Amino acid sequence: MSSGDVDSPPAPAAPAPTPAQLFRAFTHLALQGFGGVLPVAQRELVEKRQWVARDDFLAMLSLAQVLPGPNVINLALMIGDRFAGTRGALAALAGILGAPLVLVLVLATAVQQLQHWPFVTGALRGMGVVAAGLVVATALKLGKELRSNALGRCWSAALVATAAVAVALLQWPLVGVVLGLGGAACWAAWRKGAAGDTGA
Amino acid sequence: METASWATVVLGAAGFTASQWWQLLGHFALLSLLAVGGAMTTAPDMHRYVVNQHGWLTDAQFAASVALAQAAPGPNVLFVAVIGFNVGGLVGALATLTGTLLPSSTLALAITRWGRKNERSRALRAFNTGMAPITIGFLLATGWLLLRPSGGQLAALALAAATVWLMMRTKISPVWLIAGGALLGAAGFV
Repeated sequence: MSSGDVDSPPAPAAPAPTPAQLFRAFTHLALQGFGGVLPVAQRELVEKRQWVARDDFLAMLSLAQVLPGPNVINLALMIGDRFAGTRGALAALAGILGAPLVLVLVLATAVQQLQHWPFVTGALRGMGVVAAGLVVATALKLGKELRSNALGRCWSAALVATAAVAVALLQWPLVGVVLGLGGAACWAAWRKGAAGDTGA
Repeated sequence: METASWATVVLGAAGFTASQWWQLLGHFALLSLLAVGGAMTTAPDMHRYVVNQHGWLTDAQFAASVALAQAAPGPNVLFVAVIGFNVGGLVGALATLTGTLLPSSTLALAITRWGRKNERSRALRAFNTGMAPITIGFLLATGWLLLRPSGGQLAALALAAATVWLMMRTKISPVWLIAGGALLGAAGFV
């Protein structure tokens, strides 16, 4: 539900894609996605191929983010399903995963063979540090959303910190943290909803 | 060691038993349904299970698996396949990837059809609101775990901080940052 879509493009002009077209499109966009597929997916599916209107894409993405599982995988399943049912969903899934999977496993094999070279382990260590930075940056970007969280800034911040400490420092199993802490937070949010304040 | 024997590629360097395979599949399948906000949020528990509990990978191997998948094109979730591959070869990759994707994908397909009509339902909103901070906490924990192999070294912390700053302030593609990290690491700076 974006509000600023004044110049929103008209409804998709292209005919509904077939499973084969879905497979090719998702293979194509996945192979361009270094460090994240979502921006490429938006450009390919909404702007270039015009299979999905922009507000539709946003609505599907918000649901994909709420559901468990990788967001772009969920998004691929939803788009494939919308156009060609279960077969379309599987085609999109195979497309977004297939070629990148082969590539990354070939890379992993090469790295296994070369791991006694100090510069290879050094390079991987350096990449690991950058990967840590990328994940933290993603957390901070998404964290901006918490300013409008219905639980309030203080409670949100406390939940962020508690979840991080429980999992990183105390190394508690995730199941317990999601069911315990997450359950309590969802219950509190439900109560807020009962008070009639949607916070959106 | 020198040449990749087929057995190593298929089953992993340590060899992999059927019961280990089912354990790996089962654990990743359990995490699949908890991965609200992406598979990366469950990386700390994969680490706890694969590194601490079973000793199948070292800290450094775990972090390298994640880094490798982020450097390659495609969805970042493929890091679970690399973890599985490093634990138990192609068979291991099949276990972790299937475990990670099958439950969440089945659920996503089922709920999509229902959710098209109920996007603004109160339950979905409460779930969204409540889980948002938890998800971000898990992401921060993942960042912390990926930094651990560098042992709190000042140069590593500076590189991580620089990465965060560049991601927040510029539109630079992450692939250049990963490449920069690889160069600095290969040259022995971090």
